[in-house]
Amino acid sequence: MQTEALTGGFANPPIDSAAGFRAALNAMARPGKIETVSGGTAPAPVSAAAAVLLLTLCDAETPLYLAPGVDSPAMRDWGAFHIGAPLVKAEEAQFALGDWAALSPLERFRIGNAEYPDRSATLIVEMPDLSNNGAILSGPGIETTAQLSLPEVEIFRANRALFPLGLDFYFCAGERLAALPRSTKVEAA
Amino acid sequence: MYVAVKGGERAIDNAHEWLAEERRGDPAVPELSVTQIREQMKLAVNRVMAEGSLYDPDLAALAIKQSRGDLIEAIFLIRAYRTTLPRIGHSEPVDTGAMICDRRVSATFKDAPGGQVLGPTFDYTHRLLDFKLAAEGETPRAQEVDAERKETPRITEFLNRDGLIQEETPSDETPPDMTRAPMEYPANRALRLQALTRGDEGFVLGMAYSTQRGYGRNHPFVGELRIGKVPVEMEIAELGFSVEIGEIDLTECETVNQFAGSKTEPPQFTRGYGLVFGQTERKAISMALVDRSLRWEELGEDNVGAPAQDEEFVLSHSDNIQATGFLEHIKLPHYVDFQSELELVRRMRAEAQASYKEAAE
Amino acid sequence: MAKAEQEKTERQAWMGLLAKSSPARLAALMDKASDVPDFTWLRVPEAGGVMVRGRMGGTGAPFNLGEMTVTRCALRLESGEVGHAYVQGRDKAHAQRAALVDAMMQTDRASDLRASVLDPLEAEREAQIATRAAKAAATKVDFFTMVRGED
Repeated sequence: MQTEALTGGFANPPIDSAAGFRAALNAMARPGKIETVSGGTAPAPVSAAAAVLLLTLCDAETPLYLAPGVDSPAMRDWGAFHIGAPLVKAEEAQFALGDWAALSPLERFRIGNAEYPDRSATLIVEMPDLSNNGAILSGPGIETTAQLSLPEVEIFRANRALFPLGLDFYFCAGERLAALPRSTKVEAA
Repeated sequence: MYVAVKGGERAIDNAHEWLAEERRGDPAVPELSVTQIREQMKLAVNRVMAEGSLYDPDLAALAIKQSRGDLIEAIFLIRAYRTTLPRIGHSEPVDTGAMICDRRVSATFKDAPGGQVLGPTFDYTHRLLDFKLAAEGETPRAQEVDAERKETPRITEFLNRDGLIQEETPSDETPPDMTRAPMEYPANRALRLQALTRGDEGFVLGMAYSTQRGYGRNHPFVGELRIGKVPVEMEIAELGFSVEIGEIDLTECETVNQFAGSKTEPPQFTRGYGLVFGQTERKAISMALVDRSLRWEELGEDNVGAPAQDEEFVLSHSDNIQATGFLEHIKLPHYVDFQSELELVRRMRAEAQASYKEAAE
Repeated sequence: MAKAEQEKTERQAWMGLLAKSSPARLAALMDKASDVPDFTWLRVPEAGGVMVRGRMGGTGAPFNLGEMTVTRCALRLESGEVGHAYVQGRDKAHAQRAALVDAMMQTDRASDLRASVLDPLEAEREAQIATRAAKAAATKVDFFTMVRGED
């Protein structure tokens, strides 16, 4: 394993992962709200925000799917050292990382079952940019409405219709991230 | 009817302070250290590690000190601590065949290769109180004789060679983990063994004893009981190979059970298996008996309705932390529930009295 | 290839020895050994649990036996060598020392370190095992057949 794969982890794991978790939680609790994180670096092209999410949320017991584009020997080594998550097919993943095109089709991912809706996948979507423009969000955690530059709309409406089953999403660009839980209603602007 | 109450904080604080004082006992008596407990109360430490499901003698000793010797409370502390540890990974299955044995006995083969080694056992003591121990200051020394290090092959392997015992099929399947996914029934043998090895010693012993007394009898002999150290090896992803990450004491018990054969199996011996952290042989033997009893279905035996054949009954009552949690919670305030019971009984009494009166008139 | 394989086996041996060593002994031996080089952390010491597995009947399918505490860390010396440690227990300083030895064993200080740290650890461990084996051997049963039935 190259030494490069051994760098980029949290310098102070208890503090950094607590900060990462707070950001991830805030983002999920306030859909559309953009959080800024730092402290983790994964091999290119993975964003800093996605690296922080992986370091914070994933471990040896969270099967991870790396979509084409982020699945590289360097990334596999980095993941093996810093996260230890077993790499699996999309169908078995609890977490998945990739850009929107590479993660599609989303039907592959687990949406949970009636007894355990939590046995579903969380998708970490790499975005070229993230802003509070675009699709209109409403629902739990949003006082009136919020806006987020989602890659499309219809697919999230369909996901919302599966509730309490369904997928949850993080969107990352650079050091910024936002989230869209399955409970959020999405409409075109 | 709803009775909301609040308060008791000061009473609780003071209770904790008194608990701390009582824990220390008479200050004129020297305080017990954690290392003393670890070294001199070793079997208690082993039990806490086995049922706490965490191998760490120092932590187990600390838990025993904190719990004033209440082992179930100590196990509770270890289970709670365990949940705070990040799970680094899992080990390769330990090779108990390579165990460096302190003790190794067989009830079935007198002349087992490697010999019968008694080890530090209570077995042949007279169970007479030894008042010499009440006087302090002795450091006993064990006899030593030159020993060439020899392999101690597993005794069931001899039976296996002749096809006289049911074979264990090796596999590298990932076993289910009851600490990560809720129990679902029917469980498989891997889950049963995990539940039994961390189960309450008294409960597993009682269940095992019930099979000996005739409730689902399965005629066990201890084919082999061995206690000793095995290395623990783990595959390290960043290195690309596995290394030993430590060494643990284990007790392993294999029972050999009579088996007349069934519709699906030829007559042969069958096995029960016990493997437990530390020197814990009562538990390991009990585990092997209960394991064998719960295997009735896969071996094509009849379910005679014995408690030890009922997987759901055994597994869902073997955990002393679940049991004590549910049992002891009934002493905590239930004012709301009880108030409604009180109302109900008063009303029923009033109705009953009214009807007596009517009948009398 | 054979050389790489041999290096791997040697490294497995010293990492395993360090993992099983007593924190106090390793500390004492390293204090005596030599100055400790500067390093940067790749993974700061972290205590966690490893699920130990056994096999049904000793040889069959695996099952989960229970966890053990393990502390791990990784560091890089200024000269570039990377040291890893996975040691039993929760002692972070012990993990750091084990990783330092692992890294330094890849430098020209290896033979030095082997003589001053690894060899004594190994010898003490062997002696402990031998003593226990000698005590166990003293409790080995010699049978005398008194009477055999089925005349």
